[in-house]
Order: sequence, then C-alpha cells, then structure tokens
Amino acid sequence: MSITINQSKCTGCKNCICICPGNIIRLDAERKAYLKRPSDCWGCLACMKSCPVQAITMMLPPELGGQGGKLSLRTDGHRTEWTVTRSDGTRRTIITDTEEANQY
Amino acid sequence: MEHKIINSDVLIIGGGTAGCYAAICLGERSGLSVAVADKADIRRSGCLAAGVNALNAYITDGHKPIDYVKYASKDADGIAREDLLLDISERFNAVTADMERRGLTILKDSSGKYISRGWRNIKINGENIKPILAREVRKQKNIAVYEHVNITDLRTDGRVRGAYGFGINDGAFYEFRARAVLVATGGASGIYRPNNPENLPHQMWYCPFNTGAGYCMGILAGAEMTAFEMRFIALRCKDTIAPTGTLAQGAGARQVNSKGEIYEDRYGLTTSQRLWGTVAENRNGCGPCYLRTTGITADQEESLYRAYLNMSPVQTLKWIDSGYGPSVRDVEIDGTEPYIVGGHTAGGYWVDRERRTTLEGLFAAGDAAGGSPQKYVEIAAEGIIRYLQEYSEYGDSERLNSQAEAKKAEYEHHINSTSGTYTPHQIETAMQKVMDEYAGGIRTDYIYNENGLKLADEKILGLTELIQPAEVSDTDDLLALYEVRERLIVARVLIAHLMARKETRWRGFQENADYPEKKREYECFINSVMRDGKIQIIRKNLVHIGDDQA
Repeated sequence: MSITINQSKCTGCKNCICICPGNIIRLDAERKAYLKRPSDCWGCLACMKSCPVQAITMMLPPELGGQGGKLSLRTDGHRTEWTVTRSDGTRRTIITDTEEANQY
Repeated sequence: MEHKIINSDVLIIGGGTAGCYAAICLGERSGLSVAVADKADIRRSGCLAAGVNALNAYITDGHKPIDYVKYASKDADGIAREDLLLDISERFNAVTADMERRGLTILKDSSGKYISRGWRNIKINGENIKPILAREVRKQKNIAVYEHVNITDLRTDGRVRGAYGFGINDGAFYEFRARAVLVATGGASGIYRPNNPENLPHQMWYCPFNTGAGYCMGILAGAEMTAFEMRFIALRCKDTIAPTGTLAQGAGARQVNSKGEIYEDRYGLTTSQRLWGTVAENRNGCGPCYLRTTGITADQEESLYRAYLNMSPVQTLKWIDSGYGPSVRDVEIDGTEPYIVGGHTAGGYWVDRERRTTLEGLFAAGDAAGGSPQKYVEIAAEGIIRYLQEYSEYGDSERLNSQAEAKKAEYEHHINSTSGTYTPHQIETAMQKVMDEYAGGIRTDYIYNENGLKLADEKILGLTELIQPAEVSDTDDLLALYEVRERLIVARVLIAHLMARKETRWRGFQENADYPEKKREYECFINSVMRDGKIQIIRKNLVHIGDDQA
C-alpha cells in the first residue's frame, strides 16, 4: 500500500515522520515530508491520522483493484470523518467514532 | 557514534501491545525502574498500528478457562502447552476489564454485558488501542521510553544483562544495562515472498516491521526456540490482505467456491484447515474462493465499512472505489505467505510458567513467546518482579565492556563503509524467493520436501554471507540491514524445524511431501538451540492438563 503526501500542503511538522511504524517517511531539503521507501508502506494510515493539515491521502493501486479513488480523513477528538473521492469526483463520507464499538 | 548508556532494573524490548502492557503492569505493581525500547513510536508501533476490532480470547458466560485451553489445543492439533494456555485463560476476563477501564470501547447490551461474537470473542473498537496503551505507559513515573531505537543484540555474559542497539534518528550507539530483560518484539514477517511482491511487498497480514528481531537476538545468544515449523498463514480478503474473521464470524459469511458450493465443511474448521480447504479448492480447479456476503442488508454493509476503517481501511476503500460493496458481491479470499507468530501458532521462545526463557535473566511475552498459540503478558511482568526479588547485580565485567565496544565497532563499520556489493533490499528479495520456492511458500501451495529444504538452507547461508559487505549509506539502511539479518537467521532455524518434523501435522501450515501422514511419534514439540552457528534439534514433551486439574 502506498500513501501520497501533498507537499504543497505539508508544513514540515514531522508528526508523520515520528509516528510511522516503519520509519519510512523523511524530510527533504525543502523541509517537506516525503515517502522515502514507498514499497515499504503497510497502509496503517498512522501518518494520515497524525497530519494536522490533511496533506496525506491513500490511493488503491491498480493491482489491488483500484479505480483511481482516494481516501482522506479528518480527526476531531474521538470522531474521524473518512472521505473516499472517486475518480469521477463523486464523494462518499463515513464517520467512525472510537467510543462506538464495532457491531461485527 | 556517540555511546549512550542507560541503566534500569528492567529493559523491555519492543513497545507494541505486549511490551506496553507489561510496562504498565511493572509500573503499577513494582517500584522497579523500566526502560522500553522501540524502533518506532509506541503510539502506533507493532501489529495493532491500524487497530483491531475484536478480542478473540474471552471466556463468555457458561464457559470456563479450560474450555478455551481445549479449543486452542485442538486447533493446534495437540501441539500446545496447556499449562501456559490455562494461565492465560484464567486472566482473559480480568485483563479485558482492565483495558476497558483504561478507555477501550467494548460492545455491550442494554444491561451492560459484553456482546459476544461466538463463545470466546467480544467486539470492540480497537482503532485506538495503541494510543491508549501508550498514554498509560507515559503515566508511569518509573518508566522511560526510548523510541526510534533499534535493538539488535543481547548484552550477555552467560546471564542476559541488557541489550545493544542504535538510534535511527540520532545515530547513537545505545547500551542498555538491566537486571532483567523482556523480549516483546513480536513475530517474524517478510521471510517468504509475499502476495504482491513487485510493487506492494508490504501489503501483508502481519506487521511488516516485525522482522523477527527478538527471535534472532535470542537464537544468537543460545536460547531454546520451539515450534517454528508451525507456521501461520492467514486466510484473507484477496489482494487487500484485510481480515476475514469479521465477515466469517461477525457477519456469518460461509466459504464458497466459484460454483457456489460451501466447501469449508469438507476440510474441517480448524484455522489451518480453513486455509487448506481454500488452497485445495483452487488447486482442484474450483476457485476462485469467496466469503458469501451477498444479501447482507444495507445497514450491515455500512457497519462493515466502519469496522474495516477501524482496522484495515484499505478494504473499505476498495469496496467504495470499485462500486461493489459486500452486499452485492462476495468477497474473494486467498492465503498469505507464511509467518512465524507466537500469538496465533506455537512458534517462539521456549518459556516456563513464569515466562522465563532458557537464558537466565531473559523473559518473553506476546508473539515472541512460544508454546501456546495465544498470549497474555501480565504473567511475564509478575515473573520479572519475582525474579528480581532474588537477583540484584547489573554486571560490569571486562567481557561486557569489550562486547559493547565490538558491537559499536560493527555498526560503525557498516555506516562508514563507502561501497557495498548488494543492498539490504536485494538480499531480502533473494531470501524471500528462496523460501517461497524451496521451503513451502505460496508457489508450492505451502508444501515442501527435504531436498528442497536442503537447497534452501544452502542458499540462505550463502545470502547471510552477503550481509557483511552490503551497501549502507545511513541509519535507515543500517536498520534495513539488521532487519534482513534477523530474517535470515529466523529462516535458517525455520528450515531446520521444517526438516525435523518428518510428518504432516497441519496441512496448509506444515505439509511435508516426503511424509504426508500424521505420526504418533511426532506428538511432541520440536525445539532448537543454535551453538557455534549449528542448529541442534531437541524434542520436548507436550503438556496436557486434565479436566480435574483445571
């Protein structure tokens, strides 16, 4: 799995670099975060959850059946708003809440 | 490299779920000073980085701990330490209540009782289980956490007295001196060629950053390991490698082949049989195989979207991106590459009931511990407290000092070498290919034979020799180098274990083509010890508990 960091949004706060369980995000010469070893990404999304400016998204690669849709998220306390933006521009939003247990 | 020395009563290697929980227990129940070393950030390190949505070890009303012991033992076809299983089963419910008190959300009915998923599982929202544990660790005044520090070797003079590692960010040499050490590094992934080797090698079930470090450091120091040949292969949603239990146990989805026939009953329902059935259906030309989810309600589908976002978000993205959710299309399933993971099978350190390994001063918990295919870590913490009431010295001999200097020189040698033959990544890919082709990987439907294993052993030894001159330019590469070293050592021991079990015990997990039947004489543990680079196999008796003893 692989995430994409939008460098024009990145503020260089290093949250993602710190939290990544694989130590695979680094800061470049312009003090912007970049994925140093893209093929090593597990897709856990710890980085997305830690980013204060929503600069990180995840796209499903074609070999996993991806159609070009992108996943982004915004966390507010125990609530997380997840958005899938499909390649045709349509969106689907789902809210999860860590205070609500899984039903399955 | 700057030389940093950290003294503590206890060193915990690995700040995943096991390491954090052990640290909290030691923090709250003893005055001991504790150092926790983790190669990443304990808020999201280890297997549960993305979350988890059920606790699959709980004793529901009407059941007893012994029921769980017998279930887990049967699932492992008898190769289980029932003494260890009983210890943990008696604590499941108390530890669950403790986690709820610390902030974990658990599904309850209107009367406040947990709602179960089957007789031994309860439903939770564990998306934040690691942040909760990390916060609880930080509350303890006697615990110091060292993050982005990668431990590679034990500090030992016959008794384990700490460990050595390097700072991934600060580039320092770390010497941890401790009176007792707990290995909580998880199991080993990345030994075999994965499902998506070209572009997405880390699209895998088990945490790809659990590289067998804890096993490796113990093996090199002469610790006894058990049951590596009982590999774990997960049955997962195809391609995304997302969990299937939520669909099978949670939504009641059955395993069906491409003809729509329910096949799971034909092969048996143990964990390895469920995997094996899918492999066999594919081989017999009846694949692809699916979990039958079509027909679930819109509400159920919405609920599944949320459940997967809380543990494996890629699956929800796939459902929405493709336009076909599980209510309209069955979910295709497939097996992963094999892993060594003590929390699902019995591979790992041979431990006693106090969770002491065979090395004096070294304990093991979580997926690193072996013998029983489920783990709880509270017992290890209590074992350490009892152990340290008797022993008190740090050890500061000449031998330990020269050992530290040699280890520091080894790291510096790698960092300062300006050119190398191959990169760690190239060596890792080669290792995965060898294991896949000759040691029962995906390519051969997980089946192996002795001639293949002999070839694998020779090739793995050859690859080990490529490590010394490998290309390293910074501490990120140094991390990759030690990770591949760990995997190669684990692979060698695994090959020896696969060779030693001259029977087929768990088709799917372990199928020896030279010995396709199960044999009574192999109703035992296969253990191993590495001495002077050679692996010696030892047999150990099973430990069963009668109903009257429980």
